[in-house]
Amino acid sequence: MPGDTSAFGLLLAGDPALLAIVRLSLAVSLSATALAAVIGIPLGAAVALTRFRGREGMIVFLNAMMGVPPVVIGLTVFLLLSRSGPLGSFGLLFTPQAMIVAQTIMVTPIIAALTRQTVEDLWAEYRDELTAMNVGPLRKIATLVWDARFSLVTTLLAGFGRAASEVGSIIIVGGNIEGFTRTMTTAIALETSKGDLSLAIGLGIVLIGIVVIINALAWVVRRAGEAYAG
Amino acid sequence: MRGVTILDRLSLTVGAGAPTVLIGPNGAGKTTALRLMAGLMAPTSGRITWGGRPDVPARRAIMFQKPAMLRRSAGGNLRYALNAAGIPRRDYAGRIHELLALVGLDGLERRPARRLSGGEQQRLALARALAGDPAVLLLDEPTASLDPAATKTIEDVIRAVAAKGAKVVMSTHDLGQARRLGGDIVLLHRGRLLETGPAATFFTSPQTEAARIFLAGDLLV
Ligand SMILES: Nc1ncnc2c1ncn2[C@@H]1O[C@H](COP(=O)(O)OP(=O)(O)OP(=O)(O)O)[C@@H](O)[C@H]1O
Ligand SMILES: [Mg+2]
Repeated sequence: MPGDTSAFGLLLAGDPALLAIVRLSLAVSLSATALAAVIGIPLGAAVALTRFRGREGMIVFLNAMMGVPPVVIGLTVFLLLSRSGPLGSFGLLFTPQAMIVAQTIMVTPIIAALTRQTVEDLWAEYRDELTAMNVGPLRKIATLVWDARFSLVTTLLAGFGRAASEVGSIIIVGGNIEGFTRTMTTAIALETSKGDLSLAIGLGIVLIGIVVIINALAWVVRRAGEAYAG
Repeated sequence: MRGVTILDRLSLTVGAGAPTVLIGPNGAGKTTALRLMAGLMAPTSGRITWGGRPDVPARRAIMFQKPAMLRRSAGGNLRYALNAAGIPRRDYAGRIHELLALVGLDGLERRPARRLSGGEQQRLALARALAGDPAVLLLDEPTASLDPAATKTIEDVIRAVAAKGAKVVMSTHDLGQARRLGGDIVLLHRGRLLETGPAATFFTSPQTEAARIFLAGDLLV
């Protein structure tokens, strides 16, 4: 159907503008989740295994950070990256990189807090055995992260789900610039008001699909984990 | 232990040779004594020496009363222990087969450890403790939930390990087992040492009233 501008028409025709938006959204949220995993998993595991002054405060802080609204994170990153801000000289504001930074800040506490809980529970179970086997601290962390990997993958999927569906922070630091920083959620939020309903609906369908896929993956991973770990 | 006295004035010398068996009612302090020897806790006061010296033997292993299975296969659990004990990687496959056969778990190498039955897990835990070829082997009720055949398997393993020169210190509620395996018997009650001596004389001519009561199957008060 050439020239069909209905939502399904756009999807079926593989409309380039729509595809570019989907691609950017996935790239931003996947990058942010990957960065958050690299920071959050070791951080969560370290907090789970170590005893230091201010540890309880750290745990409360991480848990609280999970609840900070994305718009507030967006505003903070905006202030940091704006031309007069401390990191303004990098010229990152209104770029995909800025969106990755904002989503990383949003997702890291989620991954760190969930990792801490998971690893701490497993540590309670493993502590005596690993200590008796004289396992060093780094290897302890590696063992716990590896043996908790099914739960941790679920944690990553939860983080990615949060990132892919949030609009508050990336709309502020990205600016929804067509062909550059326009993602699925920012397009839906802003294009609807401009009357481009078919694009918004098409993106909405794609987003629903992604959410379903994430949950299906989480389910598969959980089942695999149960089958493996008993 | 925040003010709870668990072991009180326990002075015990464990010699080389046949297994030393800790017996005594629930809460006597058997597990606590073994955990102290394993270095998992430090005495609030007093000390533990090895051969008269404070240095800990390098090859020391413990099997817990409630062993935790790593979320890996049976073979994976053994591989982990072999690695932790610094065994060369090329020996893993052979050692794993040997250890599984030793405790009667042949063919279960690939089974997720947490899918094994309780008794199988207990035997895997023993194999895991043996992985590093320990010089000191601490066993906390190693046959507590095993059937008679598996109990015999484990007792044979313990005998073989002791015969090869390793020092076994174990706890049990099974007096028959204490008699079968014990070189020395240690009777604990409420954290105190009531009586200790060679198994031969301990069972036939106990020196204390408490030991006589315990051996007769009556309640210690
Ligand atoms: N961490 C702890 N804090 C307080 N009390 C403890 C602690 N660990 C053990 N106890 C107490 O110390 C006593 C000895 O416990 P232990 O586990 O050594 O007994 P046991 O001889 O192994 O008994 P069982 O035959 O039931 O295994 C018990 O009364 C127990 O409740
Ligand atoms: Mg005990």
